[in-house]
Amino acid sequence: MDKAKSIVEQNGADAWYAFNSPRISNGTTNAYSAAGKHFHYLHQDLHNHGSPANKCRLRRRMDSGKKNRPPFPWFGMDIGGTLVKLVYFEPKDVTAEEEQEEVENLKSIRKYLTSNTAYGKTGIRDVHLELKNLTMCGRKGNLHFIRFPTQAMHRFIQMGREKNFSSLHTTLCATGGGAYKFEEDFRAMADLELHKLDELDCLIQGLLYVDSVGFNGRPECYFFEDPSDPQNCVKRTCCLDNPFPMLLVNIGSGVSILAVYSKDNYKRVTGTSLGGGTFLGLCCLLTGCETFEEALEMAAKGDSTNVDKLVKDIYGGDYGRFGLQGSAVASSFGHMMSKEKLDTISKEDLARATLVSITNNIGSIARMCAVNEKIERVVFVGNFLRINMVSTKLLAYAMDFWSKGQLKALFQEHEGYFGAVGALLELLKMTDDF
Amino acid sequence: MAKRFFQETEDEPLYEVSVQEEITARLHFIKFENAYIETCLDFVKDHLVNTETKVIKATGGGAHKFKDLLEKKLKLKVDKEDEMSCLIKGCNFVLRNIPHEAFVYVKHAEPEFRFQTTHPDIFPYLLVSIGSGVSIVKVESEDKFERIGGSSIGGGTFWGLGALLTKTKRFDELLQLASRGQHTNVDMLVKDIYGGAYESLGLTGDLIASSFGKSATADKEFSKEDMAKSLLHMISNDIGQLACLYAKLHNLSRVYFGGFFIRGHPVTMHTITYSINFFTKGEVQALFLRHEGYLGSIGAFLKGAEEDNPNQYSWGENYAGSSGLMSISPDVFPMQRTRSGTFDMLEMDRLERELVNLPLLLDSSSYIPDTVDLTEDALAREYWLSCFEEALDGVVKRAVASQPDLQDARERAEKFRHKYRHKLQTLRHQPCAYGSLTVRSLLDTREHCLNEFNFPDPYSQIKQRENDLALRYFQKVVSSMEMLSWEDRQFALVKGLLAGNMFDWGAKAVSDVLETDPTFGFDEAKRQLQERPWLVDSYSRWIERLKGPPHKCALFFVDNSGIDIILGVFPLVRELLCRGTEVVLASNSGPALNDVTYNELQILTEKIAAMDSVIHSGITKDRLILVQSGSSSPCLDLSRLDKGLATVVNERHTDLVVIEGMGRAIHTNYYAVLRCESLKLAVIKNSWLAERLGGKIYSVVFKYEQPRE
Repeated sequence: MDKAKSIVEQNGADAWYAFNSPRISNGTTNAYSAAGKHFHYLHQDLHNHGSPANKCRLRRRMDSGKKNRPPFPWFGMDIGGTLVKLVYFEPKDVTAEEEQEEVENLKSIRKYLTSNTAYGKTGIRDVHLELKNLTMCGRKGNLHFIRFPTQAMHRFIQMGREKNFSSLHTTLCATGGGAYKFEEDFRAMADLELHKLDELDCLIQGLLYVDSVGFNGRPECYFFEDPSDPQNCVKRTCCLDNPFPMLLVNIGSGVSILAVYSKDNYKRVTGTSLGGGTFLGLCCLLTGCETFEEALEMAAKGDSTNVDKLVKDIYGGDYGRFGLQGSAVASSFGHMMSKEKLDTISKEDLARATLVSITNNIGSIARMCAVNEKIERVVFVGNFLRINMVSTKLLAYAMDFWSKGQLKALFQEHEGYFGAVGALLELLKMTDDF
Repeated sequence: MAKRFFQETEDEPLYEVSVQEEITARLHFIKFENAYIETCLDFVKDHLVNTETKVIKATGGGAHKFKDLLEKKLKLKVDKEDEMSCLIKGCNFVLRNIPHEAFVYVKHAEPEFRFQTTHPDIFPYLLVSIGSGVSIVKVESEDKFERIGGSSIGGGTFWGLGALLTKTKRFDELLQLASRGQHTNVDMLVKDIYGGAYESLGLTGDLIASSFGKSATADKEFSKEDMAKSLLHMISNDIGQLACLYAKLHNLSRVYFGGFFIRGHPVTMHTITYSINFFTKGEVQALFLRHEGYLGSIGAFLKGAEEDNPNQYSWGENYAGSSGLMSISPDVFPMQRTRSGTFDMLEMDRLERELVNLPLLLDSSSYIPDTVDLTEDALAREYWLSCFEEALDGVVKRAVASQPDLQDARERAEKFRHKYRHKLQTLRHQPCAYGSLTVRSLLDTREHCLNEFNFPDPYSQIKQRENDLALRYFQKVVSSMEMLSWEDRQFALVKGLLAGNMFDWGAKAVSDVLETDPTFGFDEAKRQLQERPWLVDSYSRWIERLKGPPHKCALFFVDNSGIDIILGVFPLVRELLCRGTEVVLASNSGPALNDVTYNELQILTEKIAAMDSVIHSGITKDRLILVQSGSSSPCLDLSRLDKGLATVVNERHTDLVVIEGMGRAIHTNYYAVLRCESLKLAVIKNSWLAERLGGKIYSVVFKYEQPRE
């Protein structure tokens, strides 16, 4: 169990931008070992030209254009319980003149972020999610999606200090609980003021924005056709043109369920502590795995019916009186107090059972909320669903089956990044208020 | 037991006392671990009295598993009954028939159990049964119920996952681990993410944001205790949340929890209660049942007995034969808990009549018979427990004396002593063992224990002797009243009634006097009475009322035999009849202490009618009627009265209720609010209670109330 060591044991070296990582999560190795040097040079440069920061108010600098635009770099950050999600807008319409004016460290940040797909041991850029040729605030560019564990937050802040990020006079728009938790650290360690934003506001704005611009010409939203047949059901894209009302189920470490009636009218219906963190936490304890990817990989191979007690294990078949199929799970982990059963199961089976029970439980609560709120459209987002076809199909099935086709489960390609996008949108909304 | 007649030697006895064993149908429920199934079946085999029985009803998962064993051992056909319908049938049964069946659990409160009064209308409700999985059932009527939902995350998940995480295989041990753990070491809290509360949403910092969230990110070992606690919270919160969602969807406010996950475990009752409070913001209370573990078997039995019309009967919990609820946490007395989990009993007596509310109760749903809840009042509890313990010698002596011809009376009386003393000791440690502890439940437990050892009526001869004696003075008392002016007579009647009420074998102070000085007479009693103003004194208002038009009909709950009923009550009844008021005399159906029973009162009334024209004409003109209360208790529960009584009360447009005696008007019903005028009177024959009420022994309570406008 050394999943956290990579970050903790760097002894002051910056894990997030130290490029000596032998392994990154998606299996590719980092080809940009030279960048470290580059950054180092930049570091010195900033120290020479950096100006003292103004701590008392939100700092902002207008770019050279006449439009009310915040200065580059444009970031939106969502600091969750487990993951930090970062979106970065890379302007592609930088004029030669502009480029000349551009301070050195701004340029190097752009180059660093866009030329790498992994940062440090744990930072990842989801290249496949990149939104190309986007126009934001009159600028054309690409939107990049980056994530790293919240545990590396202090390394990240330290890097901000070392790079004298505060000299850029940009506004760092941040949402998620970490915006509050790390606010003081940003201030004290890196002389950076966070502009804190509500995570649910950001989530909804981000979601609606990405759906409106689409996913590089394709719709952002998808669903499963024939969800009652998980083996053969097909993923289909769809447009979320009339999204309201929708039940928005955000599955991060925990789960929040929102009823959204319009772009600025919503309420948090409920939440549950049985979320992605629970899946990973239990999997780590039960199987000794260390990452979400590992846990999902195991779950994909496992069979939960050896771990769970099924209706037929109790009643010998279907429980007809209540319309319960024999194959339905009667008790999650219900076999695990018996010695004989324990000997027959594998770690993969345990991972699968964990995934299935957490997913079904979320499905069940979401379904009840949808019925109570009289909403038929249920949109599932959050990083728990990343590379997690088992859960998405299960949720689609559960919504359809238990509502007798009344409810429809919808999913989003950028599942976990909407909070960060929402934070970026807030930055762009800011007009000059000096 | 053969019939026996105790002949009086001196003079002609007023009536004969006969002892005959009444056959009461009683249900016995025994709870034991599956491991003892063979022992149990041997017992059943030995006690299969009715050889015509061909079928045994069974339910639960084991009905399938043990079918062959049952059929082989008992030579009976096993008739499997649907688990859920048995559960619901049993649940309806206990909710209807057992007072204080349902309770709210409040950890750290004194007492930790808050018992609910039996509501006449039990439907609709939600039953959340937490076994291996969870079933959520909406019950709308006796026969209509529906499984509206469920969850696979239930008791089996706690047990199975708990076993995997902690290597602890036993369910009880897992609960014990959990009760020692700190979930905040394993769970990711809101403050772990936010650094504090998420204020805009009103989520506090201590709220669990992600169960087991820390074990996903922190690279360290977690203690078994902490993981078990985290797991318990996760499952309890999840079930609570689902229950609330279903309750909301179906608009139900009564939610009962049961299943092996709950089964009297304070730890799980607490976490479920917490969760329900959280998710409903206190709007819904989690309710638990004292006999939750028996529901399935009760239901299976009732299914077998369905040819009987269940509406003809009522049932009462027999305190002598039932082992109570364990209120002690498993940490303090692990042994005791284990024992109760292994073996537990419930006995229910069948009453051959239907019991209903007194129609005159202002609000039957909020009516609580008992005046003091001894579970909430430690001082009073201590006093009464000691008081009953001290009185035990006298009761044993009385019991032995009541059966002089029976050789084994002494032995049985000793067994009674042992059993009742043990009950008192149990109640000292676990006041909530049988629901709320009250003076009534202590008295009733004593009656049940006496019955258990065949002392159904230890006061039979005493009652007979005193009735006999009092009858001789009846005419003298009546004629002395006749001579008085109207105003004086009213006062003399009330005083006579109060003096009569001092002749009570239930009160230790009086029974001591009666035991040592049998000549203690009616006049003497009057002298002992407190002078006006009494401790509670609304006599003036009563007299003012009497100057007005007569009452239509008075319902009179009578108390003791002898001087009380004959010289105290009857003269007043006579006066009421003369005023033009019809009188309904309600007496106990079965014996309790020296209280006059319905059968005895019939004989007495006949005798009095023979010497008094007013009573005689009252009887013949149907203006004086006797009814039985349906009870065999020295106290009075106005929510469990004989249906016949309720019918008479309605038919006669009763507008006055008189309740007499400590048991019926002080220990119970002191605060009962009626829709009509009421008169509660008693002499406080207990110095401790008198002092507590601010008076001395033999203080008088005369509480006349008129219905609120």
